[in-house]
Amino acid sequence: MDLTPTPQEQEFRDQLRAWLADNHPGPEPEGDVAGFEFRRAWQRRLHDDDWAGVSWPKEYGGRGATLVEQAIYNEELARAQAPSTANVLGLAMGGPTVIAHGSEDQKRRYLEPILSADEIWCQGFSEPEAGSDLASLKTRAVRDGDAWVVTGQKVWTTLAHHAKWCMLVARTDQDAPRHKGLTYFLMDMDQDAVQVRPLRQITGEAEFNELFIEEARIPHENIVGGEGNGWNVAITTLMHERATLAFGLQIRVKITLGELLAEARESGAAEDPIIRDRLAQLYIESEVLRLNALRGLSSIMRTGVPGPEGSLGKWQWADVNQALTELAVDLRGPRAVLDDDRWTYRYLRARANSIEGGTTEILKNIVAERVLGLPRMR
Amino acid sequence: MRFELTDDQQAIQRTAKEFLASRYPAEEVRRLALEDDRGFTDEQWRAVAELGWPALVVPEDDGGLGLGVVELAVLQEQLGYALAPTPLLSTISAALVITAAGDDAQRAEWLPGLAEGERRGTIAQLPPAGGLEGGDAADGALTATLEAVPDAADADLIVVPTGHARLAVVDMSAAGVTVEPVDGLDPTRRLSTVTLDGAPSTTLAAPDGVALARARDVIAVAVAAESVGVAQRAMEMAVEHARDRKQFGRPIGVFQAVSHPCAQMLLEVEGARSAVMFAAWALDDSPDEAPLAAAMAKAYASDAGRRVPAAALQVLGGIGFTWEHDLHFWLKRGRANAAVWGDARSHRARVADLLEL
Repeated sequence: MDLTPTPQEQEFRDQLRAWLADNHPGPEPEGDVAGFEFRRAWQRRLHDDDWAGVSWPKEYGGRGATLVEQAIYNEELARAQAPSTANVLGLAMGGPTVIAHGSEDQKRRYLEPILSADEIWCQGFSEPEAGSDLASLKTRAVRDGDAWVVTGQKVWTTLAHHAKWCMLVARTDQDAPRHKGLTYFLMDMDQDAVQVRPLRQITGEAEFNELFIEEARIPHENIVGGEGNGWNVAITTLMHERATLAFGLQIRVKITLGELLAEARESGAAEDPIIRDRLAQLYIESEVLRLNALRGLSSIMRTGVPGPEGSLGKWQWADVNQALTELAVDLRGPRAVLDDDRWTYRYLRARANSIEGGTTEILKNIVAERVLGLPRMR
Repeated sequence: MRFELTDDQQAIQRTAKEFLASRYPAEEVRRLALEDDRGFTDEQWRAVAELGWPALVVPEDDGGLGLGVVELAVLQEQLGYALAPTPLLSTISAALVITAAGDDAQRAEWLPGLAEGERRGTIAQLPPAGGLEGGDAADGALTATLEAVPDAADADLIVVPTGHARLAVVDMSAAGVTVEPVDGLDPTRRLSTVTLDGAPSTTLAAPDGVALARARDVIAVAVAAESVGVAQRAMEMAVEHARDRKQFGRPIGVFQAVSHPCAQMLLEVEGARSAVMFAAWALDDSPDEAPLAAAMAKAYASDAGRRVPAAALQVLGGIGFTWEHDLHFWLKRGRANAAVWGDARSHRARVADLLEL
């Protein structure tokens, strides 16, 4: 046990902190288009100094950072309240998936434009009738010479309206067992056969989209990881989603909790013994989330795979963030009926936390079956 | 940054696990809990002493091994897992407090014997019922009724708080000391009422508020670590049952009403383990963080240690409610641990204070 940073880790932190102090672009402008272009510019600035793909190998434009350095990176960006990047899904999921399963040609073709935000990525996994049961998806791809012709519908596709590439999982073999007949494609969004329709959510915004695909064409060379291997490749993407994104999210929880604690101190609400107890419990849970994440890093660095605590992060994060925003609304008392455009929004947005990126129920199934070794439901 | 045990710490863990598994199988835990007068045998105590466990955190200058709280937590987790009935934690607790508050002569008098296992100690964990007399004067004759004192029945000395961060040591064989065993919730840790009637005492002469607060945190974290082991074992019993037990023609673990509570157990066990290991490390190496870390660990592990065995009992169903099944011993220890050295609520109140809420 030694939780003090090594000199190398400390240097990484100092260097990044100094860079952020010099380069922070200030608050994000309002509006979808202005906000997006702002994030794109911010990502380019990061990329110019090799801070966009810190975990990626150096040969593909990354920094080859260790897992602990990646954790430090997420911590420092959150602490500096740095804006989000434009190509969130490309950086966190698409790139790592291509690095893990892609051919050399694919790595040379796709990785650099992800880092530079010249090509934005989105994810076409979920369908109206295939949510948690992803392997039941129905979008079909049929071979036609050097290309595949794809027809189907996808849903919850974040960033689809900005995206050039879609990580698309489609069924290429109708006769194979459900998990075997899937293939992972990179689909060009720039074609009339792909229609994007925004999906308005309970917050009133439209972060997500529906995708209507009618005989879109995808060249055969755009398959990642081989025909019929789509399930394994998709799992890689999802593991990165839960691991990488979750690490950043748990830090944001701590920042949000910090705001709530400050408000409760200011208003005197923290003197109420019940509120006080709930705030302390939230603080403890947010710390446990952080400590589990750190333990997970040490375990991955030694063994190459996350320990049991690694499976819990995304689920626990959802629990904590929902409880936190719930308490924040409680603290407003009868004024909670008014939209305060911060906690009201966060409370509503947090409802999705236990659904997006794998529902809590699916994550519990994974823990029960793969960590505890309980018999499979199916 | 390395959030995992070193090779040496893993060796302590392995030794403890193997020793406890061979010496304290569940039948032996049951026999000691229900049939043995003291709840442990002289031979068992000698074996524990030979492993150096009573000496673990006693400083080297005082005849101990001078190891850290991380090592203590590693050991305590295994003791909770095996549920080995032993007066070890009581003896370690007495030694921790004497280390924090005794002067050189007092440390030299008591610590080597406690470290060697030649003497056993305990500590009053509740304030005296009806107050305490004789605590105002140094080395006063003490009169008090001390309830629920763990492992007092065959202890050589007891540490008694006499008010205002002052503590005294009482020789249990002195005139005016009587020990009356009482029934407790947890039969694997024996409790007694210790009555002092003008009992001679020795006031610990070098009380240091910071050192004493740290000693209390170390004890609380040691109890929390034990609860992690308790919860781990209860979870394993539940998972094993969910795999083996068939109803409606299938193992009950396929039903999410059973498997999801098991997953929740893992969340609480691993969370408690992370919190405890962090607190143990902070007590060793990062004193500024230690009070908050210790309060978080005891709060979280108290809840996990009481909730996980209760959830496990529900998974086991009727069999888990029988005297015959072993689970109830772990359930009782988890519940009892949650109540001592500060319950979850009082530690959360401390967390709130430390966050300046």
